[in-house]
Amino acid sequence: MNDLQHALGALAPDLSPGATTIVGLRRLSGGASQETWAFETDNGAPLILRRKPPGVTGSGNAVPLATEAALINAAAARGAPVPRVLAICAPGSEVGEAYVMSRVEGETLGKRIARDPPFAEVRKTLARQCGEVLAAIHKVPTEGLPPLAVSSAATELEKYEAVYRQMDARRPIFEAAFRFLKDRAPTLEKPVLVHGDFRNGNLMVHPETGLAAVLDWELAHLGDPAEDLGWLCTSSWRFGGPKPVGGFGDHADLLAGYEAAGGAPIALERVLYWQMLGSLKWGCMCLTMYASYASGADASVERAMIGRRTSETEIDLVALLEAAA
Amino acid sequence: MISHPTASELIDSVIRFIEERAAPNLKDRDAFHARVAVNALAAVRREIEAGAAAEAAQTARLSALLGEDGDWNSLNTRLCDQIREGALAPTDPGLLAHFRASIIDQVRIDQPGYAGLKTLEAK
Repeated sequence: MNDLQHALGALAPDLSPGATTIVGLRRLSGGASQETWAFETDNGAPLILRRKPPGVTGSGNAVPLATEAALINAAAARGAPVPRVLAICAPGSEVGEAYVMSRVEGETLGKRIARDPPFAEVRKTLARQCGEVLAAIHKVPTEGLPPLAVSSAATELEKYEAVYRQMDARRPIFEAAFRFLKDRAPTLEKPVLVHGDFRNGNLMVHPETGLAAVLDWELAHLGDPAEDLGWLCTSSWRFGGPKPVGGFGDHADLLAGYEAAGGAPIALERVLYWQMLGSLKWGCMCLTMYASYASGADASVERAMIGRRTSETEIDLVALLEAAA
Repeated sequence: MISHPTASELIDSVIRFIEERAAPNLKDRDAFHARVAVNALAAVRREIEAGAAAEAAQTARLSALLGEDGDWNSLNTRLCDQIREGALAPTDPGLLAHFRASIIDQVRIDQPGYAGLKTLEAK
């Protein structure tokens, strides 16, 4: 931490004009593939560092941090609310592979955003705001972006079915969902920049102004625009809130905001398709996390217990299959 | 079978110990894991009470749906194969009825507070 303090201190003049060092460095979250730190410059600018822990190689799907930073800048240019990227540090630099961004005020805890009284007012317009912001992200010109993976519904299903088969779990509801979704996979016409993890919990929401910043760009890729809308509606990200969009809003408002901001119209049916794929994907991810317990890689009770969240995705899948029948 | 204490009583005593004595002394990641540990024990307690009946009911449904006898494991595997091979459509009414009854039983054990459980029960 002293080394990091020193390395960031040297960057201070670039981060805030007139700053000479940084203060208050503290670790915020302990993600395995990514570190998040908060600090201030000595003249008071509140900042966030996102850094790859030394010695850790990237997780399978995550883009390099420099790519994340470039995508945040590209989204900002289209008017999407994002933190301001202030410095990008290359792998092997004193800070390590990282970038520094402005700290945006607000709340990211999904449960508070979906249910707590201070957010009651902004909840009324939040789904529409999400639609507007997704339209802006999807309009980012894809030429000139750093290299990104391309995925469609069919390739996503292929990927997660391989994960599921490898687990040797016998889950008939997953079998039915794979079959249902494979039979109806939409073709990928014109791939757009997809955020890839646009859901309640990764959105900074201010109790007075609503959506303040879109965070966590590490799963960005090129794909179907409806993927982002469907993931935002996936039941596991409603945090007990009563409404389909992130627990806080309605499908109609999300789609209206998307179109009003110039997004090409998306049929509700296509959003529901990706919502269902989202439940199936999260279910496979729960099994994968449990597998890290079963293999002994992570012996924590949390990794063991998350396997029991697989059934929540199955009950959502059954509700969606019944609705489609 | 075994009593004085029953398995459920043992679990309750451990839940109380974690919540009242251990958890207040923990913070951050350990405090979070203590909450997860309590949830895990509560799920095990519900499984002890309702798991056998749920499995028996599910096995009977599987047997009726497939027109075969067998234990839960072989019937459930058979069902997976039939769906995968296309012999049973994913929206087949009998299949959906089996899914509905089975997953409600399971989520009542795993996570009875999950909002999606109330949604499906209400339909």
